[in-house]
Amino acid sequence: MRKLLVVLAFLVAVQPAFSLTPDEQLKDPALEARARAISAQLRCLVCQNQSIDDSEAPLAKDLRTLVREQLSAGKSDSQVMDYIVARYGQFVLLKPRFEPETLILWGTPFAVLLIAGAAMILRRKRGQVAPETPLSEDEKRALERALQ
Amino acid sequence: MISVAEIGHFALILAVGVALYQFVVPLLGAQRGDVAAMRAGISAAILQLVLIAIAFAALVHAYVTSDFSVLNVVENSHTAKPLLYKISGVWGNHEGSMLLWVLILALYGAAVAVFGGNLPLELRARVLAIQGSIGLAFLLFIVMTSNPFIRVDPPPIEGNGLNPILQDPALAFHPPFLYSGYVGLSIAFAFAVAALIEGRVDAAWARWVRPWTLVAWMFLTVGIAMGSWWSYYELGWGGYWFWDPVENASLMPWLVATALVHSAIVVEKRNALKIWTVLLSILAFSLSLVGTFLVRSGVLTSVHAFAVDPQRGAFILMILCVFIGGSLTLFAWRAPQLKAGGLFAPVSREGSLVLNNLLLCVACLAVFVGTLYPLALETLTGDKISVGPPYFDLTFGPIVLPLLLLVPLGAFLAWKRGDAGLAVKRLVLALVLALGVGAVVFALDVRGPWLAPVGMAVAAWLVFGAIADIAAKTALFKVPLATSWHRLIGLPRSAIGTAVAHAGLGILVAGIIAISLWRVEVIVALKPGESTPVGKYTVTYVGEGPLTGPNYSGRVGTFTVKQGDELLATLHSEKRVFRPSGMPTTEVGLYQTWHGDVYVVMGDETTGGARAMRMYYNPFVNFIWMGAVVMFLGGLLSISDRRYRVGAPKRAAGLQPVAAE
Repeated sequence: MRKLLVVLAFLVAVQPAFSLTPDEQLKDPALEARARAISAQLRCLVCQNQSIDDSEAPLAKDLRTLVREQLSAGKSDSQVMDYIVARYGQFVLLKPRFEPETLILWGTPFAVLLIAGAAMILRRKRGQVAPETPLSEDEKRALERALQ
Repeated sequence: MISVAEIGHFALILAVGVALYQFVVPLLGAQRGDVAAMRAGISAAILQLVLIAIAFAALVHAYVTSDFSVLNVVENSHTAKPLLYKISGVWGNHEGSMLLWVLILALYGAAVAVFGGNLPLELRARVLAIQGSIGLAFLLFIVMTSNPFIRVDPPPIEGNGLNPILQDPALAFHPPFLYSGYVGLSIAFAFAVAALIEGRVDAAWARWVRPWTLVAWMFLTVGIAMGSWWSYYELGWGGYWFWDPVENASLMPWLVATALVHSAIVVEKRNALKIWTVLLSILAFSLSLVGTFLVRSGVLTSVHAFAVDPQRGAFILMILCVFIGGSLTLFAWRAPQLKAGGLFAPVSREGSLVLNNLLLCVACLAVFVGTLYPLALETLTGDKISVGPPYFDLTFGPIVLPLLLLVPLGAFLAWKRGDAGLAVKRLVLALVLALGVGAVVFALDVRGPWLAPVGMAVAAWLVFGAIADIAAKTALFKVPLATSWHRLIGLPRSAIGTAVAHAGLGILVAGIIAISLWRVEVIVALKPGESTPVGKYTVTYVGEGPLTGPNYSGRVGTFTVKQGDELLATLHSEKRVFRPSGMPTTEVGLYQTWHGDVYVVMGDETTGGARAMRMYYNPFVNFIWMGAVVMFLGGLLSISDRRYRVGAPKRAAGLQPVAAE
């Protein structure tokens, strides 16, 4: 689906590229695996909701190369992430960081689950207790009258 | 001579008038007790279908005959296109797909008119009136902003063609199925609004609503599965679900429709959860409208959003506000007058269905927030963030997991007051088998994280739980097999349908877990004659040649798949360039077995005569779509239940609708 944009980009400018090509990959399999994991978390900025690992866009290729260069230079995963975010902003992260700005995003589903669950349990408790409340004086008298 | 396109255009405009009539007359008739006016809705609904069908047929005719005097055909068709894609091109664009939307709406409306003979006249009149109002809104939208019958003079000799990645059999039928699902939820919506106006919801009401919702749910299930299947083999990344906003737009109504299918059972059998079910009916269709808005308004840019036009977006947003706002206001006003009924203990079938509804709705909320939060944040603060698959894995996943665990348990709880201990006892064999599957996976899978054994155990739990459900109902191995067989035949179809659908869910979960954990990916550059191992298979790149199709040309690569020395298959993977757009697409080479696919995509030529290749072994991936099909069959069994066919929906005699003043 997001391919359309990529494809449109091709039409305007460049030759069709291929997402992650053999020559981009690092020799060290452990390092390459880390690069793949990081790539899956980064957004291709010119695509529609697509990671740079999946994307065929030239910009995604640049980012993939950048990630691999940084990893080869001995940086840790989080350092590489920070480096990319510093250059391209939060928009590049497919998993938004937990910050005041994203509190609603991360919190809403779980907050609603907790509140609705708690409300249901409380209502249930009230509902169960209700029939067990003792009869009032009036009711007792009414009952006696009825039984007589 | 009058052209066919003009007849279609004329019929479309007449349909607007008929929709207005269908909206106003029966509604007033029902308020005043005017039988003739109420009956008018029936003929209006049928006339509406006839008119829209004429309009739709005229557009299909224009496409099939390549009538390039119609602008829509010029923009989206081409004489060289195969007939199937000329027809599917009708709904492969904004205007045509909206016409399909109202056609399906009119079909459902006419179905209520024709088959609703056992509905009380007032209820039928009100339901048809609400249907008419939805039809009116969307017909106006089409006529005013998205008219497919606009003509060009002089007509061009050739058209622009359909987006090549849409030229695919699965995608040709994906929109009709998806729309049948979206629009089918309008029936539940119309029933809910009619019930609010009447101030009454009872078991008979649920018995009418449930089959309609089930039909919509089945279409949605198949529609979503088709879209996912298409993206798996057409896009060439081997993925099946990307948490794309457009995919989410279809998942949200599905989740709420699933909740509604379950809560309607409680209304039908126990006369409880009435207010909640009415609210769910409203929400399900509202989410369909939100989905239509997201996809059609161009708020999200993707291949689905043909309409990047603010005027259209504003119009749909207005429709959205009127219907969602209006129905929720009506709900707030009238719902307190619907009498709650049917008390039940927390541990009971009802209780488990309430939990099912809560978890499904919160899962839907997670999808909703994840899809719309970036839009909202950017509008409010100007900050741009992305919400991608990692977010949904972390929110949707943990919410759905307990739901999956509860599915078999819920089916074993009795109505009103259940015994959890007894349910577990009856499920002990299923539980042991599921844990066994988990243990085997744990033992075999050295590299897998905890998700592998847990996920597979959950999938097995769902499947074995469903089998245990049927086994218990037929007293399997407790009575002679012949007796069990007779009991199975005697079971209500809906009971079998439930078990089948739940087993389908288990199959789907198994597929998702398997592919996300055990996929084998190989990215290599190969020269003709070279091989590479892909999982337990060896794939050899034999060579490539030129390719010529009806409206494309390109290169086709030939591959062999071997296991040991045994040749299993010869595959062709293609790179196509379509005329007239010049757009390139890939066709995946696919070797399918029941336990997984070998998936080969050709890339570009690299240095030294080699070609970049991407190959996968996707274990159990077809379980995902098989599971969806099994779920669909479960729905089909359920809907064929006797009680929906035989004299069931009769309201208790002597009970007059209570006017909720």
